[in-house]
Amino acid sequence: MTASTVSEPVLSLRGISKNFGAVQALTEVDLDIHPGEIVALVGDNGAGKSTLVKILAGVFQQSSGTISFDGSPVTLPNPSAALKLGIATVFQDLALCENLDVVANIFLGRELHPLQLDEVAMELRAWTLLNELSARLPSVREPVASLSGGQRQTVAIARSLLMEPRVILLDEPTAALGVAQTAEVLNLIERVAERGLGVVMISHNMEDVRAVADRIVVLRLGRNNGIFAPDASNHELVTAITGADDNAVSRRARRHGQAEAR
Amino acid sequence: MMAAAQQLDRQDERLQDRSGVAGTFKAFFDRVRSGDLGSLPVVIGLVIIWTVFQTLNPVFLSPNNLVNMLFDCSTTGVISLGIVCVLMVGEIDLSVGSVSGLASAMLGVLWVNGGWPMPLAILAALVAGFVIGCVYAALFNRLGMPSFVSTLSGLLAFLGLQLYILGPTGSINLPYDSPLVNFGQLLTMPHAVSYVLAAVPGVITLITRFRTARRRQAAGLSARSMGGVLLQAAAITIVLELIVFYLNGSRGIPWMFGLFVGLVMAMNYALRRTQWGRSMTAIGGNREAARRAGINVRLIYASAFALCATFAAAGGMMAAARLASASQQAGTGDVNLNAIAAAVIGGTSLFGGRGSAYSALLGIIVIQSIASGLTLLDLSSSLRYMITGGVLAIAVIVDSLARRSRVSHGRA
Repeated sequence: MTASTVSEPVLSLRGISKNFGAVQALTEVDLDIHPGEIVALVGDNGAGKSTLVKILAGVFQQSSGTISFDGSPVTLPNPSAALKLGIATVFQDLALCENLDVVANIFLGRELHPLQLDEVAMELRAWTLLNELSARLPSVREPVASLSGGQRQTVAIARSLLMEPRVILLDEPTAALGVAQTAEVLNLIERVAERGLGVVMISHNMEDVRAVADRIVVLRLGRNNGIFAPDASNHELVTAITGADDNAVSRRARRHGQAEAR
Repeated sequence: MMAAAQQLDRQDERLQDRSGVAGTFKAFFDRVRSGDLGSLPVVIGLVIIWTVFQTLNPVFLSPNNLVNMLFDCSTTGVISLGIVCVLMVGEIDLSVGSVSGLASAMLGVLWVNGGWPMPLAILAALVAGFVIGCVYAALFNRLGMPSFVSTLSGLLAFLGLQLYILGPTGSINLPYDSPLVNFGQLLTMPHAVSYVLAAVPGVITLITRFRTARRRQAAGLSARSMGGVLLQAAAITIVLELIVFYLNGSRGIPWMFGLFVGLVMAMNYALRRTQWGRSMTAIGGNREAARRAGINVRLIYASAFALCATFAAAGGMMAAARLASASQQAGTGDVNLNAIAAAVIGGTSLFGGRGSAYSALLGIIVIQSIASGLTLLDLSSSLRYMITGGVLAIAVIVDSLARRSRVSHGRA
């Protein structure tokens, strides 16, 4: 989106480095997230995507570099600091309680009226939230165990939106989903962005990434390795991710090309 | 659009209509089939047990015997209420028997031998229970010691402490004319009071359900029909009043049982309607998810262990009042297992995250019915142990099978 690039970034990272002992997981990484923009973070295994997201979520702290929120530098010493600032995270394993119903999961740890739970108000708020996302759940009073993978992802995303965050981080939101469910979650992500939130989405699936992302940021071995528009070719992306023109993906493509030519 | 379709939570066409009496029954059968048994096994078990014992000995269901049973229920029942707390978070306390024995010994030593005022002695024993629970919590939270092991060592250690403070005499008689022993052996409610108290659950049901239904309607959510609520409240009230009427044919409802039921209702509220209770259930279901939701997991564990040991101390003192003595045998034998068995039989899962305070009440009535029935048949304690053990095994099997069925029906 051209509009988003004009506006000020809500979250801005400059020169972020992180080392675990002698291992340099991230080196001088820059990243900007604008309101209403979907940034896809792609890279091979070990490229540092999850480390970067965990730094933004307050799980890890950067070794050096600055994080600015709304233009002013901030520190994220723990997950609740990130949440308070308005950075919500949906982790890959979702972290839902299967024995509780949808309402209880959405409000877990943030129940209304701690000494006399206000179930009516919570259920109402849950429905409002889900309807704003056009999410279709049959009932919010069923235990989460009875929901499908896509529906659980929906609950996890709705849960992260409860605190009215400015930025939402999604770690592999479509990894375990079928075709239709993936499409629903991608729709959901677009609607979240339409609400004016900055979205960072980690994914290994190039198709999903190209379907929703406004920008594709490639990490390779802990460094920035290019920013692409969603219409970049598969070849360009794979080259940036693997770091070589001659890689397993291109060799495979060539082999199939030859097989078809014969 | 139909009126029903405008309700916020009834818009999805996949949702079957479960309003009205027929829908309520269908929902109930679906729940049971998928392994969400609730208190159904207990009620069925109780009917079988009562029928068998009543045919073997007609005294069994006489008001006199039932009143005695209520006295006996209350002591272990209170201990079982604590077990429900630790089971909710998926942990266990195997030392409740020893802690209850220790509390009764402290009561005897401080009050009778030491000349402390009785309330102060009771308070001291309750504080001791609380501290023991906090020690378990510290071992669990800080050192990662499984509660199974820490409480197993506590079982032995606190039995030792009980024997130590009782000293060589080994048994202390509590004064017969004291209010505490009266409370444990004699005091029953005046008839009028018992009838009024029996009406309380129905009235509370009516008022809270009615208010909820009104608020839900105002918010555009589906609400239960007023007729259904009225029917439920009336049924509860009639059943309770009939029971009270029957028992008033003998000595009436023991105040001690009243205290037990009061504690059960308070715990039920705490577990169902407060943030603390929601956190307990969440931790029992998925500890990591609860931690990431910002719940202070360690504090909740500590509250569960501390509550359990405090209830154990309270139950131990009630047992001492019931027997009018603090002895070396107090809290030994089957007290431990009966308390745990009662919670599990009543429907609290050993696997954490499922249960209710009422399971302590229902479960202890089952256990006490068996004990009382076998005593009336003049069977030896060897047979009593074997039969109670068998019942516990059946209860755990039902729990495991129901859990498996819940998993396959997506109800975890």
